[in-house]
Amino acid sequence: MRICALGRLIAPAIAALILAFGLFVAPAGAQEGTSGSNPTAQAVNEQQLLNELKKIEGRVTIPNTSAGLLQQPQGRDYRAFHEGALPWIGGIVIIGMLLVLALFYFIRGRIRTLAGESGIKILRFNTIERLAHWTTAAAFIVLAITGLNFIFGKRLLMPLIGPDAFSTWSIWAKYAHDFVSWAFMLGVLVMLVAWIWDNLPDRYDINWLKTGGGLFDRSNRTHPPAGRFNTGQKLIFWTVVLGGIALSVSGIFMLFPFAFTDVNGMQTAQYFHATIGVILIGVIIAHIYIGTLGMEGAYEAMGSGTVDLNWAKEHHSAWVEAQQAKSRGPHAAAEPAE
Amino acid sequence: MARMKFLCDADRCIECNACVTACKNEHDVPWGINRRRVVTINDGKPGERSVSMACMHCTDAPCAAVCPVDCFYTTADAVVLHSKDLCIGCGYCFYACPFGAPQYPRVGNFGSRGKMDKCTFCAAGPEPDSTEIEYAKYGANRLAEGKLPLCAEMCSTKSLLAGDGEIIAAIYKERVTQRGYGSGAWGWQTAYRETVDV
Repeated sequence: MRICALGRLIAPAIAALILAFGLFVAPAGAQEGTSGSNPTAQAVNEQQLLNELKKIEGRVTIPNTSAGLLQQPQGRDYRAFHEGALPWIGGIVIIGMLLVLALFYFIRGRIRTLAGESGIKILRFNTIERLAHWTTAAAFIVLAITGLNFIFGKRLLMPLIGPDAFSTWSIWAKYAHDFVSWAFMLGVLVMLVAWIWDNLPDRYDINWLKTGGGLFDRSNRTHPPAGRFNTGQKLIFWTVVLGGIALSVSGIFMLFPFAFTDVNGMQTAQYFHATIGVILIGVIIAHIYIGTLGMEGAYEAMGSGTVDLNWAKEHHSAWVEAQQAKSRGPHAAAEPAE
Repeated sequence: MARMKFLCDADRCIECNACVTACKNEHDVPWGINRRRVVTINDGKPGERSVSMACMHCTDAPCAAVCPVDCFYTTADAVVLHSKDLCIGCGYCFYACPFGAPQYPRVGNFGSRGKMDKCTFCAAGPEPDSTEIEYAKYGANRLAEGKLPLCAEMCSTKSLLAGDGEIIAAIYKERVTQRGYGSGAWGWQTAYRETVDV
């Protein structure tokens, strides 16, 4: 008991001593602080980081290491593209193409076969070629509609059917876009292999371009000679193949998000995918026009696979000659369009 | 009406991750999703700073702008929320968000991300307030109960501030004036096009 009482007496004394010592030391420490280190002198600065590195990255202790990206103001550029530039590019390309084609139809009318039908049919596209074409075509139409839904759906369709129905449709559109894309990629590859040889430049191209392919001759008498594919068709071929490959590559980036790239790479993939996509839609609208309404006898080439001899002579004279020479030759076996 | 904001005083954050844990627990957030995270910049070097980051509830939010199904809406308190019923899991909001806030339950090959999930400023979603269905989809609705976000409430150093923008900016300003330094309101310039002048 006496020891405890003594402790009670001594403890405050020790505390007072420590306090006094502390008070004595403290000013010295504080002085060192002001003269020595400012705690923020070396601190990272947000604006400086953004100016120098364009984004701010650090370390996180969660398994998702990509969450270490603290700020990426590039999201703003993505938004500006997605909501500013893209709808305008898409709208101008598609509506512009429709207007140009309407004007063309109004002035030039349907391109007729001058000599009329001969009744003799020759094979132009075999089954594999037509299958590849229509696989790609059907896939492209699905991809175009579902793709445009991501740009124009909320602006045009949603006000008509309401947000709930539009959301349901958009989910299905998304899955259609993601899975039908593989049919498109396969079709493009088969067409590339099947037609690349006939789409290389040849001696008829310069003259075809000089005469505009006879497209603008209202008398319909200009028919520059052409091989299996004329220069216009070659341009369509290369646009579809190169554009299709670009769409496929950028599309695969998006099908497997972050597998090949980071968030800024994903943004870039979308810039390419959307821009090339709407341009290709415009080109394909023109392709559909000239293959159906725009030219008499053109649709059957890809429809039934055969074309009228007179049509072939007018539009692909060099090809017809080569075909006829071949069938007269020693290897007379009727070979499909080659 | 208040204009709700987050402010992380990076000079106070000790990277304890209590805000992250509090958020996950309060809203029963699934594995793999982090509505809030703490990022340490220049880790282990002089001048290292940690910033706790979640959705900043931006003015004129980029996520809402790019959403192809317009599933976002802004509440009267300027909290940016979204409807999981309308979300199609396209991932565009993540590409547009400057802060990496939107989260998805799955990796997302072939568009299989699932419905987006993000910080709700503890204000949940469009369902009726404080119902089970609201909790299941969006987590707790503390704002409806008159409480502020739990991450900030739990913050041991009171580094993370949540509440009306003007009030938390005033608190931060006072701190900076008193202690004589401050590395600024992280993310404010990007999110709100304004910063706290100190």
